Amino acid sequence: MPKSAYGKMAASGARWSEKAPRGIVTAAALSGIWLMGFIILFLIKEGMPILSEVSILDIASGNRWYPVSSPPRYGMLPLFAGSCAVTLLSCVIAIPFGTAVALFISDVCPERAREFCKVSLEILGFLPSVVLGFLGMVVLAPWMQAKFELLSGLNMLNASFLLGVMILPTIATLSEDSLRAVSQSLRDASYALGATRFETMFKVVLPCASRGIVSAAILGMMRSVGETMVVLMASGGAALIPRFITDPVRPLTSTIAAEMGETPVGSPHYHALFFMGCLLMLFTCLLNMLVMKIESARRAK
Amino acid sequence: MDGAKLKTESLSMAYSANAPYALKDISVDVAENSVMAFIGPSGCGKSTFLRCLNRMNDFVGGVRVEGRVLLDGSDIYAPEVDVTALRRKVGMVFQRPNPFPFSIRENVAYGQKLLGERNKSRLDEIVESSLSSAGLWEEVRDRLNEPAVSLSGGQQQRLCIARAIAVSPEVLLMDEPTSALDPLATARIEELVRELKKDYTVAIVTHNMQQAARISDATAFFLMGELVEAGPTTGIFTTPSDPRTEDYITGRFG
Repeated sequence: MPKSAYGKMAASGARWSEKAPRGIVTAAALSGIWLMGFIILFLIKEGMPILSEVSILDIASGNRWYPVSSPPRYGMLPLFAGSCAVTLLSCVIAIPFGTAVALFISDVCPERAREFCKVSLEILGFLPSVVLGFLGMVVLAPWMQAKFELLSGLNMLNASFLLGVMILPTIATLSEDSLRAVSQSLRDASYALGATRFETMFKVVLPCASRGIVSAAILGMMRSVGETMVVLMASGGAALIPRFITDPVRPLTSTIAAEMGETPVGSPHYHALFFMGCLLMLFTCLLNMLVMKIESARRAK
Repeated sequence: MDGAKLKTESLSMAYSANAPYALKDISVDVAENSVMAFIGPSGCGKSTFLRCLNRMNDFVGGVRVEGRVLLDGSDIYAPEVDVTALRRKVGMVFQRPNPFPFSIRENVAYGQKLLGERNKSRLDEIVESSLSSAGLWEEVRDRLNEPAVSLSGGQQQRLCIARAIAVSPEVLLMDEPTSALDPLATARIEELVRELKKDYTVAIVTHNMQQAARISDATAFFLMGELVEAGPTTGIFTTPSDPRTEDYITGRFG
C-alpha cells in the first residue's frame, strides 16, 4: 500500500475507530446501570404499597405469616429469623471449613496436588443448587429423620448444611487467594526465627490474610442469604421462629419463590412478597458495602 | 582452624536429585565473634550457601545436601537435629526488609512468644534490649505499637535484625542486608554489623566488595558454585592468591 493512501485512510478512519468502540462500551455500561436502576425502582414500587395495608411495626414484629387467611397476617419476623438462622448456621459450618481448606491448599498440600484440589473445589461450585437441594431431600433428610428421630428431616440444619456446601467453594477459593498473596518472605522470616510450619501458618500467614478471609466469608454469606432453591427444597417451609437447629424454617427467599406464583398481581400478599425482596436486596447491599470497605482498607495498607 | 564457630566440610548441594550441583565441595571456617563476608557475582551460590547454614533450603522439595556443616563441632544435618532449635541459634536477616505486618513490639517479641514467653515485663525487656542492640530503640521507643511497615526501609531492616537477635542466636546470617537500602541506611547497618560481632558470629553475603572490605574480618570468594578462595579480608583484597579473585575484585568481571 502506498504511503500516502495509508496515511489518508488512517486520518479518515481515526474518528470512527476511536469513537465507535467507545460509544458501544459506554452504551453497554449505561444500559446496565439503567436496567439496574429500574429493577430497584420496580422492586420498591411493588413492595411499598404493603405499608398502607399494615404498619411496618406489624410486619417487623408480627410472628404470624398467614397471608391468605382472613384477616390476613403479614408478620415477617419468622421468615426473617429463618433467613438469618439458616445463613448464620451455614456460615458457622462453611467459614471454618472453607478457611481450613484454603490453608491446606495454600500451605500444606504438595504443589502437584494443588491443581487437583482447586479443580475439585471449582466443580463443587458448579453444582446446580437444585441438585444439592435434591440430595438434601432424598438422602440427607431421611437419614437425619431416622438418625435423630426427628419429625422431619427437612429442617434448618439440613438446609444450612447444603448452603454451607454451596458457599464453601466461594469462601475457600477467595481465602486461598489471599493466603497465597502473603509474601513468601514473611514465611521465611518466621521459619528463620525457629517457627514450625504450623506456627507460621497460624501466627503469620493467617493473621496477614485475615482481611481477605473476612471478605471471602462475607461474600459467601451474601450467596447464602440470596440462595433460594436449596432452602425451598430442604428447609421444611414452616413459618416459625426456630428454637433449635433441627426445627423447620421458612426463609424469605423460599417464601417468595413458593408463593409468588399463586398470588394475584396487585394484592396485598403480592406487595408483601415484593417487600421481602426489598429487604433481601437491602441486606445483600449492606454486606457488599462491608466487603468493599474491607477491601479498600486492605489496599490502603 | 580450631575455634571455628561454624565450619563446613566439603559441602555440596543440589536443588533436586538430578539437578547439577549449586554448590561444589565447599570447606570454609567462620571464626567465633568475627564477621565473614561471602562475595561473588550473581548466581554464584553465595546465598544458597548461606541458606544451607540454617537449613532454610529444607523447604525446597528434593534438595540434596552432601558433606557436613558443623556448628560448635556438631553436624546440623544430623538426623537427630531439631531444625527449629537450630534456626534459633542461627538467625537470619534477609535481602529485603520483611517485617511482619504487626506492630513494632510484636515483631520483636514474635520469636520469644514462639518459645512460650508470656511474661509481659520480660517481653518488654527483651524488646528494649534487642532494639537497642539493633540501634533502633531511640527512634521507636515512643511508637512501639505502631505498625512496623510505617518505618523507613533502613529502620525496617534494623527491626529485622532486632527481631533476629531477640531469640539470642549465636550466629547471624545476613543475605545482602543492604541491597534494598540507600547509602545512609547502608552505613548504619554496616556500623551495626561491626558492633554485633562482639556478641555474635556474623556471616554476611554481599554483592558489594567495598562493603566486604569495610566490615569483614575474613572473606570468601565464590564463583559458579565453587569456593575460589577464603582468608583474612586484607589478604583477599591486597594479595589474592587466585587470579580469578584478583580479576573479580579489580572489576574485570562481575
